[in-house]
Amino acid sequence: MDRLIFLLATGFARGAIFALFALSLVLIWRAARIVNFAQGAMALVATYAAFAVAGLTGSYWIGLAAGIITGAAMGLAVERGVMRFAPHDNPLSGVIVAIGLVMVLQSLLGIFFGQQHRPMSIPFDDSPIVVWGVPLLSPYDLFVLVVALAVMAGLSLLFTRTSLGLQLRASAFAPEVSRILGVRVTRMVTIGWMLSVAVAAFAAILLVPTELGLNPHSTDVLFLYAFTVAVVGGLDSTVGALVGGVIVGVTMTLVTGYLGATVAPIGVLVLLVAVLLMRPSGIFSMREVRSA
Amino acid sequence: MNRLIPSMARTTRIVVAGAILTTIAIGGTFLLDPYRNYQLATIAAIFCATAGLTLLVGLSGQLSLGHAALMAVGGYGYALANTVLTEAGIDGALRFVIGMMAGVVTAGGLGLLLGLAAARLQGPYLAGLTLAVVIALPAVTAVFSGVLGGDEGLQTAYDGVPTLLRTAIAVEQWQAWVSILVAGVVVTALAILARGRLGLHMRAVRDDEVAAGLNGVRAGRVKVAAFTWSAVAAGAGGAVLCFVTQSVSPGAYTLAFSLLLVVAVVVGGLGSIGGAAIGSALIVLLPWLIETAAGTLELPAGLEQRLAGNVAILVFGALLIMVAIAWPARLAGARRRTRTAPKPTGTIADATTTPRDPAVPDTGSAAPTRHGSPVPRGARPDDLVAPINAPDHKSVPADQIER
Amino acid sequence: MSGVVSVGFRGGALDIRDLTVGYGGEPVLHSVSFDLRPGEIVALLGANGAGKTTLLRAVARLVRVASGTIALDGADLGQVRTEDLARRGVALVPDGRSVVGELTVDENLRLAALWRHRGAARERAVNGIYEIFGSLARRRSSAGHQLSGGERQMLALGRALITEPTVLALDEPSLGLAPLIVAQVMGTLRETAASRGLTVLLAEQNVTSALSIADRGVVLNLGRVVADASAATLANDTHLRHAYLGF
Repeated sequence: MDRLIFLLATGFARGAIFALFALSLVLIWRAARIVNFAQGAMALVATYAAFAVAGLTGSYWIGLAAGIITGAAMGLAVERGVMRFAPHDNPLSGVIVAIGLVMVLQSLLGIFFGQQHRPMSIPFDDSPIVVWGVPLLSPYDLFVLVVALAVMAGLSLLFTRTSLGLQLRASAFAPEVSRILGVRVTRMVTIGWMLSVAVAAFAAILLVPTELGLNPHSTDVLFLYAFTVAVVGGLDSTVGALVGGVIVGVTMTLVTGYLGATVAPIGVLVLLVAVLLMRPSGIFSMREVRSA
Repeated sequence: MNRLIPSMARTTRIVVAGAILTTIAIGGTFLLDPYRNYQLATIAAIFCATAGLTLLVGLSGQLSLGHAALMAVGGYGYALANTVLTEAGIDGALRFVIGMMAGVVTAGGLGLLLGLAAARLQGPYLAGLTLAVVIALPAVTAVFSGVLGGDEGLQTAYDGVPTLLRTAIAVEQWQAWVSILVAGVVVTALAILARGRLGLHMRAVRDDEVAAGLNGVRAGRVKVAAFTWSAVAAGAGGAVLCFVTQSVSPGAYTLAFSLLLVVAVVVGGLGSIGGAAIGSALIVLLPWLIETAAGTLELPAGLEQRLAGNVAILVFGALLIMVAIAWPARLAGARRRTRTAPKPTGTIADATTTPRDPAVPDTGSAAPTRHGSPVPRGARPDDLVAPINAPDHKSVPADQIER
Repeated sequence: MSGVVSVGFRGGALDIRDLTVGYGGEPVLHSVSFDLRPGEIVALLGANGAGKTTLLRAVARLVRVASGTIALDGADLGQVRTEDLARRGVALVPDGRSVVGELTVDENLRLAALWRHRGAARERAVNGIYEIFGSLARRRSSAGHQLSGGERQMLALGRALITEPTVLALDEPSLGLAPLIVAQVMGTLRETAASRGLTVLLAEQNVTSALSIADRGVVLNLGRVVADASAATLANDTHLRHAYLGF
């Protein structure tokens, strides 16, 4: 029973990160109608930047800030430099360009940093706090949970309460009408990408040190989990990303805790297939048919 | 009646062309040294998978990022059957053929399952699902390590050159022969499928699922069939690769390799079987060329280790982006652009199973195309793979409907 | 209402010269020329497929113009991007589906007002629209997709008016509306156009209601101008009516 409580608590913390990363996929999907398969690789570049800067300055926090800024810069560069030129009349071209980006970014990371795992330090203790004899979250998990929820709340305020958010939403839902009304839609798409990759970078920097370990392929699995979260929640739904994140996070932690870590990717696969077959539009999506 | 004859002739032509190309390739092995023959065997095995993938993506518009997993399943099927048969004392050609069948059937089974999911999914969702399959592969082999051997994978018995040829050729050349022969059979079968009714239906579904449905093409069934056949081809490739390397392991079928298969078909031109052959050669030979070139540069050991593998991936990634952006016609197989599309020459009736009353003009070709409105894109035979040898529509109007 | 309504002449002469538009193949508009004088209401008439929508989309720079010019008060709009057109005083009201369904009525109006009004002035502008369209005020928190057809058309019109344009181009505002609602929309259009000195380009299949408020009519057939005359002349030209307008 103690173990179950511990796993549930850890699952929530992990789920918050999955939700954050899935939210970043939702942001790009809404802004550009692209499932960005390169999101993991792009976030990983930002994580390496955070790792390098933290190593140079000796400060986790400066590294974190540098990583997030790198993420936003990656979003800008990729949207303006590559994705904008992907032909829009073909639903597969975005996926194929993103795959090309994954290969380019991962090979560059391999060339500059090598294939080996790098240790990343964290600012808080990683051993669980014991409450009434039951081990619960570690201080770092607590930090992750609080920060992830804060970022999600901030994003929600940005989208519902600000003019920028209104323009971002309008551009996503109705680009042509928005342009007629004077909204600079291309700029909004770029901002959407920057925001999205910054959020993804943040999620990766939080998860890599304790869960994945830093190497050029660490975020492959994170992307898969986040994609599953986005599919569970529906790619159009921010609330779906949140709930989906918790579902996937808790499921994965329980599977890992009771069946072992090797089974986890199979668990994700089963969940993904189950959701896709039973409710292809996601649990929280209003749209009936999923088309690219 | 003339429904059958031209199509028989067409099939015969494909078989003859396949046989000639296979013979030429086998003859070519005499010009190569053992290592090159080993590479050729690998290329031929990969060609099976890329031909299947190019058929799937180019003709049906479904993108799979997980064809490496299907190859792996073919390999495991082969290896497991091989082990069982060896223990039962069976060897030689029989063991090989049964092993191949096992590989093909297992891969086809997984392909059928994926196809059932694919029939309900589109674009990025299917891509994500197949990505999940290839990422989960090492976990599957680890969980069932008792049967699948975990990270180590499985080893198979050594198949030497048959006694009859033992003095004439080296084992690598023999493996190249087998591999080329398998590729020849698989690819010829795929070409026949692509030119036949399934190919037409796949193009119809890809171009306009609703229009295809209205004309009696069952989109779901076509997608499942496309995915299954594509998986069968990939499985044959994986099985023959297992024969060549005498092993199969998850480390050989990584996500990176799976993405390379996508590179091969995109760079070769989606829907083009010849392109898939060139792409397969490219993904085997380019890394080798780069490493050979790097070896002559006498780089420091650390740097060389970092560059190993990565440079080729970098080049492939850049190539993929460039092709997708600068050369969108290479992706055209996935969806034809409508604006410049010429008026349909064939009709929807081409794709339906029941011949129509010749007296009734088909709406597909008779509909006037107004400015700006999309040209009906139903089951138009197109020239993605090669020109279809259709009877002359102009001289025999009835043929247009009845072909 | 102050801050929304500005009375008096503010320009708004739209000159369309030799406009040819094609989507790759056969042109949809063949060398179309006509002009709108400031404050004039011009009905753009023609059967389905005559090229009305394409002409409006060309004005809004949403389709590529093959040749010809569109000028506003003598200034060529050729290099102006769609998103800058509103800032030049040209507001397009696309057909009835143009309300952003995922945004509320309030957000739809606010979105259009963003670049035009800041701070408190934006609130006043939004309230100004609610004064014109009373029924919208009651539904300000409803999502766009919950509105009735008539409400959508009013919201689309209000969204265009909030930017205080000089030229208003509307695509089939009567489409799918009940006759009573059509009369109401047309009436509001006539009133606001008159009170603000707006130039209106009104593309309509509903010839009677369009000519009832228009000063002039331009008839398109298969992408060419076949008639350009006063509303009264067009309404009485039986030959033209039979040939192109179907009544």
